[in-house]
Amino acid sequence: MGLVIQGRVLVPGEAEGVVMASDEPLSFWGGYDQVTGEIIDRRHPLSGRNAANAILAIPASRGSSTTTAVLLEAIRRRTAPAALITQDPDSFLTLASVVADELFRCPVPVVALGAAEFRLLRSGQHARVCDDGRIEIRDGIDHN
Amino acid sequence: MVLTADDRAALGGEHGPAIRMAMKILTRMLPAFGTDRLLDITAAHIDSSLFQGDATLIYAETLARKGARVVVPATLNVSGVDEHGWQQWSVPPEWASKAHRQMVAYQSMGCKPTWTCAPYQEAERPGLGQQIAWGESSAVVFANSVLGARTERYPDLMDICAAITGRAPAAGLHLSENRAGQMLFRLRNIPTALQKSDSFYCVLGHLIGARTGRWIPVIDGLHHIPSEDQLKALGAAMASSGSVALFHAVGVTPEAPSLEAALMGRQPVQTVSLALEDLRRARAELSTHDGKALDMIVLGSPHFSLNEFQALAALVEGRRCAPKVRFLITASRFVRTVAERQGHLEKIQAFGGTVTVDTCLLTTPMLPDTVRILMTNSAKYAYYSPGLLKTSVVFGSLRDCVGSAIAGKVDIDDSLWAL
Repeated sequence: MGLVIQGRVLVPGEAEGVVMASDEPLSFWGGYDQVTGEIIDRRHPLSGRNAANAILAIPASRGSSTTTAVLLEAIRRRTAPAALITQDPDSFLTLASVVADELFRCPVPVVALGAAEFRLLRSGQHARVCDDGRIEIRDGIDHN
Repeated sequence: MVLTADDRAALGGEHGPAIRMAMKILTRMLPAFGTDRLLDITAAHIDSSLFQGDATLIYAETLARKGARVVVPATLNVSGVDEHGWQQWSVPPEWASKAHRQMVAYQSMGCKPTWTCAPYQEAERPGLGQQIAWGESSAVVFANSVLGARTERYPDLMDICAAITGRAPAAGLHLSENRAGQMLFRLRNIPTALQKSDSFYCVLGHLIGARTGRWIPVIDGLHHIPSEDQLKALGAAMASSGSVALFHAVGVTPEAPSLEAALMGRQPVQTVSLALEDLRRARAELSTHDGKALDMIVLGSPHFSLNEFQALAALVEGRRCAPKVRFLITASRFVRTVAERQGHLEKIQAFGGTVTVDTCLLTTPMLPDTVRILMTNSAKYAYYSPGLLKTSVVFGSLRDCVGSAIAGKVDIDDSLWAL
């Protein structure tokens, strides 16, 4: 049996994949390579990992206003994460997905969880993000 | 959503397709801002000008094709290319061409071709309490903190929606109650000589940005009134290592005549003491290289001011940069032109320095592959270069940068930072 968390939908959508989680905020500008999906902020714990098609869980974006543009380009190139899960509602990540929907009809689900639920996500888990903001974590988790 | 009749008309397409698209994006963003309504803004700074690949160009040209026009004065942030100088560097022609199309698209909407991340250095500045919608993290923190204007940290692509509709979410830092300082940083026994130096503000900003998270920081204990360039550096550093959109410096910034005013009479959520040892650690974090080798000096993130040109000209007059070291300053067209008229540029060029305008080292692919080690006096350049440019970086003062350029190797004076 897995664990089900109810999040708050900022951009609805369905996605499934491996969770890549960090408790450190990330600027996509200077932190995410839109050509490859690699996390390139050398001061970030996920540096060197590839987040393309992963369920990326970070507390928030940080830093540059250009995070949105980088994420939008990654969505267009299909190198973006499959879903974005944050602790608090994040306007930068939400906007990239809203504009991807308006321009290309290909939004990425964006869900905010709150601090307690956010801490339940761990790298390596398998997660399914549902249209209504539910996140089913199906394996790879120690419930104790 | 609580929309006005005019907002609803805009959303329904009565004001044309561009306003409809902009209003649709704005209203879809309201939940992320935690509000159900919009408010009027009177000016905008457009960070959407940065070319980040086909998606940003498609967005700009889609809005332009729909007939978008800004309804408030709107300055433009840096673009993806130095319009007239890109051929001197390694910029691929296809990139230059697309970045230029994006510049044309935003100009066609009536935005002012300022092409700078520091619009407060030239254009008419917003005043205390003025509602604005600015993009560019370093400009946002300057507008809120130093000018006392009111803007959220708007992401690229949203600032232009605000400028086209004249509306922005009624949330966050637009509202008085959300502007109180929250995390108190007390400086403990920081020598005044250090507080007067430019590097101190970069290091302090880097440290506070990383520590404060999403809280609004308050700095207490400065016994030097920082210059505008020092405040620019402080905010840009905080907005790189953190997400700071507003800080208060007691006795310095307009909403902080006293500690109580900065906190709006509330208790801080946390109080942190900062000692010289903390600052020394933060300073070390800004460099990723501790050897002597050096390929290039880069100055001007945020864009170099006229005072900075003047200070640099005085330092380099009659000297020569080592031939193997490149020396670049990034600035706006306007400030470069004034620096030229005042005779600063000639001295800097005689030294071996060059100026790139409209963009910066981080936002256009101008850097030759042979450049592996940068040195800078900017915390923002230091923060982002390793990721964006895949270079090593050394942080130093303006004087360190000039001295190292002349010596052809890294040469840093640590005396102000000694315990």
